[in-house]
Amino acid sequence: MSLREVVLSTTPTPEAVADLRLGDIVYLDGLIYTAREGVYMRALEENANIPMELPSESAANFHCSPAAVIRQDGSFDLGAVTATASFRFAKWLPEWIARTGARLIIGKGGMSSKDYKEYFVPNGAVYLSTVGYGTGALLGRGVETVEAVHWHEELGIAQAMWVIRARRMGPFIVASDMNGDCLFERENAKIEANIDRIYEGTKPAVMRRYGETDDRSDEIIG
Amino acid sequence: MIPIGLIESTAGTLMDKAAIEIPQDYLDGLKAASKTEDGDLSSFVLKAMLDNYEAAKEDRRAMCGDTGVPRWFVKMGNEARIEGGPVALEAALRRATANATSGVPLRPNRVHPLWRTDHNNNVGIGAPEIEYGFEPEGEWIDLITVHKGGLFGTDYRMLFPSDGIQGIKRFYLDSLMAFGKRGLACQPAIIGIGLGGSKDTCMVLGKRASTLRVVGSRNSDPKIAALEDEFKELGNSIGMGAMGFVGKNMVIDCNIEVGYCHTGGMQMSVHAFCLSSRRAVARIFPDGRVEHRTDPDWFTDYQRREGIDWEPALEAAQ
Repeated sequence: MSLREVVLSTTPTPEAVADLRLGDIVYLDGLIYTAREGVYMRALEENANIPMELPSESAANFHCSPAAVIRQDGSFDLGAVTATASFRFAKWLPEWIARTGARLIIGKGGMSSKDYKEYFVPNGAVYLSTVGYGTGALLGRGVETVEAVHWHEELGIAQAMWVIRARRMGPFIVASDMNGDCLFERENAKIEANIDRIYEGTKPAVMRRYGETDDRSDEIIG
Repeated sequence: MIPIGLIESTAGTLMDKAAIEIPQDYLDGLKAASKTEDGDLSSFVLKAMLDNYEAAKEDRRAMCGDTGVPRWFVKMGNEARIEGGPVALEAALRRATANATSGVPLRPNRVHPLWRTDHNNNVGIGAPEIEYGFEPEGEWIDLITVHKGGLFGTDYRMLFPSDGIQGIKRFYLDSLMAFGKRGLACQPAIIGIGLGGSKDTCMVLGKRASTLRVVGSRNSDPKIAALEDEFKELGNSIGMGAMGFVGKNMVIDCNIEVGYCHTGGMQMSVHAFCLSSRRAVARIFPDGRVEHRTDPDWFTDYQRREGIDWEPALEAAQ
């Protein structure tokens, strides 16, 4: 089966978002900003003013810190770009999406279908996954310019809010859709059929660990 | 005497190579994997990665935006002497790490665990780690840098002799399942397994098995080598490929290293060295020669020695 390729604006129309199907390969044009725990905490918990017009400038939030440096003259040297795992940001994302109108959440590994149904779909947002992981050089080539870096003094280079202009930046894979379905969960379900076979003949470890039982009145031996 | 300036400049070159150039053994392994892969999504991912390695080399930019947590392994021949001694050596490696962070550039990943202080140069308390090994002969020093990812794909478990090989197999599968879903381990990976030692050394053995042995190498113990083959195949029969998509390639290779442990225990650790298996090696000689390579050749007979004294003739005869 060949995969469908789509070029998408980072301020996409609702129709363009609704048209995306799980497994589509996406390339992006327009402004993208990075925001992860540092930006979320500063904007949502410390109520700092977000230094961009969102979503009119960009509706694409990248869970990313680039391999980049701010030179002494204030210019930027941006090399490779890849995502960090998004599940850790579920705590902040509902409020962030509602406040900023983000329609494209870009990262590594996706979220659960529960997250998609609860606050992605009602806000018209989908999740785009980076590929690999680690197509950092390819994504770096898709960066036309670095437009700004906000909050780097407060948050450091890795957690700062980088605003980049993308030109056919990709590839990304569509990992959620307007039904709230999840690409990774679909794939997990296909793999599940093999699990009993590959575990055949093994038995649980002699000593268990908390986490395997969450009942702390249990013993972990035997 | 090995000049300290040469150590620092070579270390800088290694930082650059590790971040940008995929080692040939891993590349060959991934190309072989991409030929067998028939899952549509996982095939696409492997092809994109192969394109990415080319783009990185052409542009001289890092392969991956997460450039990992740089660390150093230093090996010295018994007769090696370093200008300024070990303190100068460590300063040179810390400087090279910091300079490469802005030079390549790398992502400044290293922060204080509590205060999240970021020096923006990958240097801080205990960072980069510098570990040492020695060999019985030689005036050379080997510098090895490894920039392994720092978040997912690693686990430890205390097993016991009664868990047996089946217990080892189960924890191996558990680790692949846990970190393979959604591709958190950035597979297909070089899986390193540490067995024995104590908790800390078991982790070290597994990490070194994944990062300091190349794809295609085998343990010198034939029975462990057979286990490596079996585990590679087992991992690839799960039906999970790159990014956790349906596929045939999860494990580019499986390397196992062992250390003697407490008589009652069978410690086990699992480590995944990712799609951007960043490692680079150089041997520096006192006459100023520098030989670059990608095989750390860490696990020599000397490193795996079993007896009290090192008697190479005796070991070779066994």
